Amino acid sequence: MAIAYGVSDDVFIPVEGEAVIPVKDIAPWAAFGLLLALICLYFVSTEQGALSLFKGMYVHEFVHDGRHLTGFPCH
Amino acid sequence: MTPRLLWRGMLAGVIAALLAFVFARFLAEPQIDLAIAYEAAHARAGAPAHPGMAHAPEPELVSRATQKGLGLLTALALYGAATGGIFALVFAYAYGRWAKLSPRALALVLAGAAFVVIALVPALKYPPTPPAVGQHETVVLRTIAFFLMIALSVIGALVAHSLGRRLRPRLGALNAALIGAAAYLVLIALAQVLLPAINETPADFPAVVLWNYRVASIGMQAVLWLVVGLVFGSLAKRTLSHGRA
Repeated sequence: MAIAYGVSDDVFIPVEGEAVIPVKDIAPWAAFGLLLALICLYFVSTEQGALSLFKGMYVHEFVHDGRHLTGFPCH
Repeated sequence: MTPRLLWRGMLAGVIAALLAFVFARFLAEPQIDLAIAYEAAHARAGAPAHPGMAHAPEPELVSRATQKGLGLLTALALYGAATGGIFALVFAYAYGRWAKLSPRALALVLAGAAFVVIALVPALKYPPTPPAVGQHETVVLRTIAFFLMIALSVIGALVAHSLGRRLRPRLGALNAALIGAAAYLVLIALAQVLLPAINETPADFPAVVLWNYRVASIGMQAVLWLVVGLVFGSLAKRTLSHGRA
């Protein structure tokens, strides 16, 4: 059953007859997704800056402008 | 349902990153070039902007053209996909729990909150800095302080949110929201006082470049989160109205 709300003309759509997605449905994806996302963010934000997994400065120099613009301390 | 939302969050993040890239390319890159020119002028004059900032003599690993183009695009796409994925997971939990909002409205509200909590508020304490601002020796301290500021902002927002929800039955929606917002402000003020002050801008760094750079950097984050909210909202609406996965 769709109920309209004042904030938009869009409707609230209940999920599979209930209003929420069960936590046990979210949890494994959250664990795996967060892990992968944090690894990606680490390489954009920190690798070859405050910490270095690999030698050299190639990763740092390659993501240089993106790291500055997303606000992370670069060098 | 969750994997379908997660996938769409990452897609929305990448689309947002493409638009943020265009924004940054035209509005932020000229400021970065000016900052690098300032740095190079100091190095040529034999007086680095910071003692120990020997940046000039080393060979160029990645050309400026690559840094501004493919490098920036790659960094933003990774950032967008990662934050978009996390955004979708938060959305999956919040949908129907935190507020009875439609998918598109909830996505916009969450994107606005994400911009304030992880981009704008941390930037008020530790504003983004162009090249030539910041001493190489303090990068570890600055990184720890910046990540702590983001973490405290996220924790503060969650505490404020749960406080607001708990007070809502007794005080009504508006008063509860105002008290929640006040709690967030107090926690952020505390974090700003307790975390170390960092000011490493060289005395003669042009103020206009610094200001324009920071406005462009925060503007880029605003573009990113606005597009994530809009694109993910309409994708999620379609996904959720299809019902079972």
